[in-house]
Amino acid sequence: MPPERGNELTTTTIQTEQKTNSAMPELILRVQGVSKRYGSVTALKDMQFELRPGEVHVLFGENGAGKSTLINVISGAIRPNEGTLHVAGKPVDFHSVHDARAHGIAAMFQEFSLAPHLSVEENVFLGSEPSAGIWLKRGERRRLVQEAMAQFGFELDSQKQVIHLTRAQAQMVEMTKALMVKPRILILDEPTASLSQRETEAMFELVYKLRAQGVGIIYITHRIKEIEEIGDRVTVMRDGMYIDTVDVATSSHDTLVELMTGRSFESFYPDIKHEPGDVRLKIHELASQSGGVQHCSLEVRAREIVGLAGLVGCGKSRIGRAVFGLEKVASGEITVNGEKITQATPRKMLAKGVAYVTSDRHKEGLMLARSTKENLTLTSLSQPNLSSKGWLKTRQEKTFAQSLGERMGVKPLALTKPVSAYSGGNQQKVLIGKSLAREANVIIFDEPTVGVDVGARVEVYQFLKELAEAGAAIVIISSDMPEVLNMSHRLYVVRDGMIVDSMDKADIDETRVLQGFFGTEDTQLQNNLEGARHE
Amino acid sequence: MSDGIVPAPQQKLRNLIRYGFINLGILPFLLVGSILFFGLQEERFLSSLNLFNVARHSTFLIIIAMGQMVVLLTAGLDLSVGAIVGFAGVVTGLVLQSILGANPEAFAMAVPVAVLCGVLAGMLVGSVNGFGVAILGVPPFMMTLGTMTSLVGISLSFTSGLPITGIPDRYMELLGYGRILGILPAIWITGILFVLVWLLLNQTTVGRYFYSVGSNIRASQLSGINTVKQLMLAYIFSGAMAGLTGVLFVARTGSAEALNGSNYSLQSVAACVIGGVSLFGGSGKVRDVLLGAIFITLLTNGMNLTRVESYVQQIVLGLVLILALVADQIRTKMLS
Repeated sequence: MPPERGNELTTTTIQTEQKTNSAMPELILRVQGVSKRYGSVTALKDMQFELRPGEVHVLFGENGAGKSTLINVISGAIRPNEGTLHVAGKPVDFHSVHDARAHGIAAMFQEFSLAPHLSVEENVFLGSEPSAGIWLKRGERRRLVQEAMAQFGFELDSQKQVIHLTRAQAQMVEMTKALMVKPRILILDEPTASLSQRETEAMFELVYKLRAQGVGIIYITHRIKEIEEIGDRVTVMRDGMYIDTVDVATSSHDTLVELMTGRSFESFYPDIKHEPGDVRLKIHELASQSGGVQHCSLEVRAREIVGLAGLVGCGKSRIGRAVFGLEKVASGEITVNGEKITQATPRKMLAKGVAYVTSDRHKEGLMLARSTKENLTLTSLSQPNLSSKGWLKTRQEKTFAQSLGERMGVKPLALTKPVSAYSGGNQQKVLIGKSLAREANVIIFDEPTVGVDVGARVEVYQFLKELAEAGAAIVIISSDMPEVLNMSHRLYVVRDGMIVDSMDKADIDETRVLQGFFGTEDTQLQNNLEGARHE
Repeated sequence: MSDGIVPAPQQKLRNLIRYGFINLGILPFLLVGSILFFGLQEERFLSSLNLFNVARHSTFLIIIAMGQMVVLLTAGLDLSVGAIVGFAGVVTGLVLQSILGANPEAFAMAVPVAVLCGVLAGMLVGSVNGFGVAILGVPPFMMTLGTMTSLVGISLSFTSGLPITGIPDRYMELLGYGRILGILPAIWITGILFVLVWLLLNQTTVGRYFYSVGSNIRASQLSGINTVKQLMLAYIFSGAMAGLTGVLFVARTGSAEALNGSNYSLQSVAACVIGGVSLFGGSGKVRDVLLGAIFITLLTNGMNLTRVESYVQQIVLGLVLILALVADQIRTKMLS
C-alpha cells in the first residue's frame, strides 16, 4: 500500500524496508544494529543506516548525537561492539581505514590530514606514491594529479606547498586525495564549514557530478538550508540512536527540527532562584579584531545566570574571551561593576573581580604535570592571604588548597599528586576551583562540563546554583543544548559572531533556539537588528 | 633451591632499590656507584685532599647549572652561559685594570666595582636573551645560540684576542685561593647561592611562577601571571649566575679570556638533566641539580685519577648522560 500523500511526517522507513527486501543489491551500504561503547558511555546504540548509489544522504543531529562515531565505523577508523556492515550486499568487517578504502570507502574529515610543508601533489599521493623501485615517478605523479584536478574542476598549482593554500584550497587537496581511489562511497564531514559562498557552490557542483557518476555520498551538515539544496534523504540521529530517515523533498524545516529535538530533559538541572540585582557585566556593541564577534550587546546582573548558546565555532566563546582580555577588541564597550574597561588582560580582569573558566583545560587551564595544590592556588598566589611581599605562606597555601579542594568535591583529594592523574571530572573541578579561588562577582564559564561524567556534572551544576544564589553574575557559554537551556535565567543565541536572538527563562524554547542556530526563521529579527544598527 | 624462589633479604633489597629509583631517580645510584668504583680503584680518590678538590672544581658548574635550571624550568634553554663566563671575566679584568691603572691605591673601591660590572655584564646579556625569547618570540635555542656566537666575538674584540693578565694578587687571594674560616670563597658563595635559590624556588611567588610558566604558559597567563616578566627574569638570573662565575673564574686563574668557560654551556644542561630537570619545562629540584653537577665533576676527577685518556672521558660522559635520560624515561613509565 502506498503511503498517504500529504502526511509529511510519515517516515520512509517502511518504504525503504520494502525496497531493501525486494532490491537488496541496489544498496551500496547497509549498517544494521551497530553499537559502540566506550567504558560505560554508549556512543552509538543499535544504529541503522543505508546508502544507495547516486544519492546524497545527509546525517543530521546535534553535537554529540553520534554522527562522528557512525562515520568512523563506516570508514574503518573504529570497530563497533555489535552490528553488521554490508557493502554492495556483502558483509564486511573493517580492521582499519585501509580496509575500508580497499572496499571503495573514502572519507574527508573536517580535520585535515595534510602535511603542511609538502606540495599538493606530494600530499595527494602520500603513502601510495607511484614509483619504480625506490625511485619516485615524479612526472607521472604530476600528470595524474593534474588530470584528476582538471576532471574535478579544481584550479590549483599542484606544486604549491599546502601551507600556502587557503582553507578551501586545502579542502580541494583533501578531496582530490579522497577521490584518487575512485570511491563508491564518499563521506563528507561538514565540507562547507569554512567555505565562502562561491567555494560552497563549487563544492556542490562536484558533489552533483559524483552523484551522477553513481557514487553514494554521506554528507554531514548542521545547516538546514544545505540539506534542502543538496540532500536526497536525511537520517536524523539523537543521543547515539537512529531516529528516522526522511526524504528531503517531502520534509519541511519544522519536521527536521522536531525530529532533532524532542529529547527528554534530564532531571539533574537544579532549580535556581532568579532575583536579579545590579548590572555586573555590560557589553555594548562589542566587535573583536578577528571579526569573530560583531555588534554584540548584552548584560548580566547579580544573582543571574545568562546563557550563550550557539553551534560550535559560532563565536559565542569569543565573546567571553574578549571580556577576559583573551580576544582583542576592535570597538565597543565592556563595563564591569559600573567601570568601563579598556585594554583588558586576564591580570587586570582578575583584579576587577572577573573570573573565566576556560573550555580547554589541558591547553590553557591546568599545569598537568604539577601538583593539585599548586594548580588550585596558582591564581590566588599573589593575594595577601597566600603571600606577602613575594614570600609564600606555605602553610596557609596548604590549608587553602585543602579547603578549596574539599569545597569543589575533588575525590579523592590528593594535594601533592600531579593533576594529570585525575579523571576529567575531577580535573574540571580543580580548574573551576582554581579559577574561582580569587574573589569574583562576574564569572564566565566556557563549556563548564566538557568531557565530564554525569556525576561530576551534577556537582558542577549545584556549584553554579550556589554561586548564583550567593550573588554572582554568571555567564554560561555552552554547546550543550540541554545544559544551556536549563541552567539559564536568560538566554542569548549566537550565530556567526552575532547575537541573533534573546529570551527570558519563560520563553526559552528549543525549537526557537535551533532556528536561531541555523538562521532559518529569524529573518525578521535580523532585519530588525540591521535596522537598529543603521539608525 | 629452584631458580624461581628469591630469598627474602634479596627481595627486600630489590624492593628498596625499586622504591629508591622511582622516588629519587637514577642520580643517587650513579653517585654511590661511582664513589664505590673509584674508591676501590684508587685510594687517593677518597682522600680529604681530593674530595676538597672535587668540591672546589664543582663550584663553578653548580652556580651556572642553578641559573641554567631556572631557564629550563620555564621550558627554555640558555646556551650563552659559557660565553657569558668569558665575557664577564673580560669585563671584570678590564675594569680592574683601568681603575688600578689610574690609581693603584684604589683597591678597596676597584674590587666591588669590578665584581658588580662583571655580574651586570652577565645580566645585560641575559636581558637580551630574555627580550628575544619573551617579547620577540625567538625560540630559546636560536636566541641564545645567537648571543653566544656574538658574545665570543665581542669578548675577543675587547681584548684584541689576547688574554688579560696582571690580575692583582690581592684580588686572586680575596675571591680565589684565600680562606674564610678555612674554606674557599667560591665554596662559601656556592653554598649561600644554593640556599638562596632553594628559597627562591620553594618559598616565593616568583619561583613558583617559573614552574607554572614552564608547565603551561597559557594557563599561567589566564591565571593573571605576567609571563613576559617571568621569562625575562629567568634569563637575567641565568646571566647573573654565569656573570658571577666569570668573576670568580678570573680570581682563580689570574687571567681573563674570551673562551674561558665555554664548556659550561652544555655541561650545565647536562648537570640539570642528570639532576632530573625536564627539558620541556615545569619540573626539577635544585638539590638534584647540585648533585648532578657534583656527579659530573666527580666522574671527571675519578677518571683523571685513574688516568683514563681524555678522549675516553668524553665518551664516558656522553654515555652517562644518555643513560640518565633513558633511566628517566623508564622512571616516568613506572610512575604512571
